[in-house]
Amino acid sequence: MSALIQSQANETFVLNLGPQHPATHGVLRVKLTMDGEYIVEAEPVLGYIHRMHEKMGENRTWAQFLPNTGRMDYLHALAFNHGYVALVERAAGITVPERAEYLRVITTELNRVSSHLLWFGAFILDLGGFSPLLYAFDDREHILDLLESVTGSRLTYCYFRFGGVYNDIDDNFVPGARAFIKRLRERMPMYHNLVTKNIILMKRLQEVGPISAEMCRKYGATGPVCRGSGINFDVRKHEPYSIYPEMDFEVPVYEQGDSMARYMVRMDEIEQSLRIVEQALDKLPEGPVMAEKVPKILKPPKGDYYHAVETARGSFGVRAVSDGGNIPYRLKLRSPTFSNLSLFGEACRGMLLPDALALMGSLDLVIPEIDR
Amino acid sequence: MHVDPEILRLVAFLVGVIAFAALNAAYLVWLERKEAAHIQRRIGPKEVGPFGLLQPLVDGIKLMTKQLIVPAGVDPVLFKIAPILVMVPAIMSFVAIPFSDTLVARNLDLGLLVIFAFASVNVLGLLLGAWGSRNKYAVISAARVVSQNVAYEIPMLVTVVTLVMISGTMNLSEIVGLQMGGFWHWNILNLAASPLMPVAFLIFFVCMLAETNRAPFDMAEAESELVAGAFTEYSGMGFGVFFMGEYANIVIGASVATILFLGGWDCPFGLFPGVHWFLIKMYFLIFTVIWIRWTFPRTTFYGLLNLSWKILIPISFVNLILTSAMLKVF
Repeated sequence: MSALIQSQANETFVLNLGPQHPATHGVLRVKLTMDGEYIVEAEPVLGYIHRMHEKMGENRTWAQFLPNTGRMDYLHALAFNHGYVALVERAAGITVPERAEYLRVITTELNRVSSHLLWFGAFILDLGGFSPLLYAFDDREHILDLLESVTGSRLTYCYFRFGGVYNDIDDNFVPGARAFIKRLRERMPMYHNLVTKNIILMKRLQEVGPISAEMCRKYGATGPVCRGSGINFDVRKHEPYSIYPEMDFEVPVYEQGDSMARYMVRMDEIEQSLRIVEQALDKLPEGPVMAEKVPKILKPPKGDYYHAVETARGSFGVRAVSDGGNIPYRLKLRSPTFSNLSLFGEACRGMLLPDALALMGSLDLVIPEIDR
Repeated sequence: MHVDPEILRLVAFLVGVIAFAALNAAYLVWLERKEAAHIQRRIGPKEVGPFGLLQPLVDGIKLMTKQLIVPAGVDPVLFKIAPILVMVPAIMSFVAIPFSDTLVARNLDLGLLVIFAFASVNVLGLLLGAWGSRNKYAVISAARVVSQNVAYEIPMLVTVVTLVMISGTMNLSEIVGLQMGGFWHWNILNLAASPLMPVAFLIFFVCMLAETNRAPFDMAEAESELVAGAFTEYSGMGFGVFFMGEYANIVIGASVATILFLGGWDCPFGLFPGVHWFLIKMYFLIFTVIWIRWTFPRTTFYGLLNLSWKILIPISFVNLILTSAMLKVF
């Protein structure tokens, strides 16, 4: 009898979370070893949507690879555009007109807000609250309309070009963007009243899924994940690029490291992004949006180049090796969510399944960006 | 040919009860979808019939024409019997519910006991279905359902015992009869019996949400965690019957709350009591249940057990002791 009880106590089973599961938001599979509802071990299994973007980069010209960047992180496509475009400009020594830089920052920050809004809705959906998703989508829709009028697309943008942006804004864009900023500022208190201050939500997020600063450093986590653990790191501030040094904004940092801290970092970032957009709209200079004399066939000089940008999920780095030809010799993409997901296995050890899924939601995973 | 009128009455009530349960189950889905849509600033079903009113019929036809898949490796008997075990007790409970002083299928002296006896079969059906379908998500869900029901039946029944003490009967018609004559006579405001009566109603309501596996206590089918919980392997009408059983249970829960606390078919102002007041109160409670579901996120499992064992059970026992003391003293 005692042997029977003992064997039951050590009995674990394997639970496959995904690749088709509502909480993984895509084709991510996590192999969980469970003891009842407690997680003993978690192993993320990647590769279900691997498209060999890096290899594709070695097979097409510098310009031809540009649309691929928007397909990786489809929620913050413009930041990925920005990272790649800025890298090639650095390599080829192209100077971008000031108006184009402003337009890049305005659209990227609006896109960041839309990404955070979608994350907000989807995260609350993971926690079982349905309605905030629709409200967040309502706000996000305004951003998509704005960006559609500039970029021509609504999700996988490809707006930036080497040397600028391909299209100037129309007359309605600036008033539209200002109206949106006003609207979202009026609605943020509603989100905080309905969602952030909800006691059920607070109990589900506070002190759940703690991630220490050491763990973030160990796995290279960036973005809101590391800022929620007390590490003040934002590429826009600490390795400034484009016109971010001229902008006045803060980097929200929370010390607690729990899911609530990551939630609050993103909610505060929405406000900071709105501030950046507002300032950029005020300062928006006149002028061309495209550099003159950008060669049709781009051949950056031989060398090794790197450029990092801050996306909604963390720092996105592109490293390119050029052999002087019109095709990159090697392209390496460092995507933020890959590192952020890597710490999930360690962070969720010993947690209950619902808490682990709250933790996973707070990491803000975009699977096509992990798999590339 | 002479037919015993008692048999005719029985047949009429059986048909009526089943029709009421089935129609409610179907149209509560419509209500839920419409209400959710309006909470979320959408329109909801609108294509089939006026205001989408024929949508439940189409949904029903769709579910019935779907193949009933019995996956390999399941226990076929348990797998098939489980939805029926959820649905039948829910319909049976309607037999004891008095909709008005004349409209009751069977005026049982132990009506309250019958309803709670049938209600506890529900969890057995879910457990068997989950266990029989041999799915890990379903088994986790079944474990949750059982401990959730154990935790919430205690405060619910303690509250009910308090009410039985006040009323001195388990006959539902008599319990309502004692509350007639305006809202100040209803048990929810029966402060003379116990000052905690409004709290007792809240306890009962929360327990009803948990008993019927409704959000924010829908641990059984927490779809972002357990895919579809106990129903993961069910398709077509197997799932449909579970679904209907769930809604029938909500109707039962709301009816019992109406009878025990809100004066049943009594009018709040003492005028024209009748079945319409019963339905208004019942549907208001159901509306609130749906409202809560689309507003709040889901609690966690341990949060739910903590709520029951640390808050609801102590308060309901305090209410029980207080009520018995007040009954003895006054």
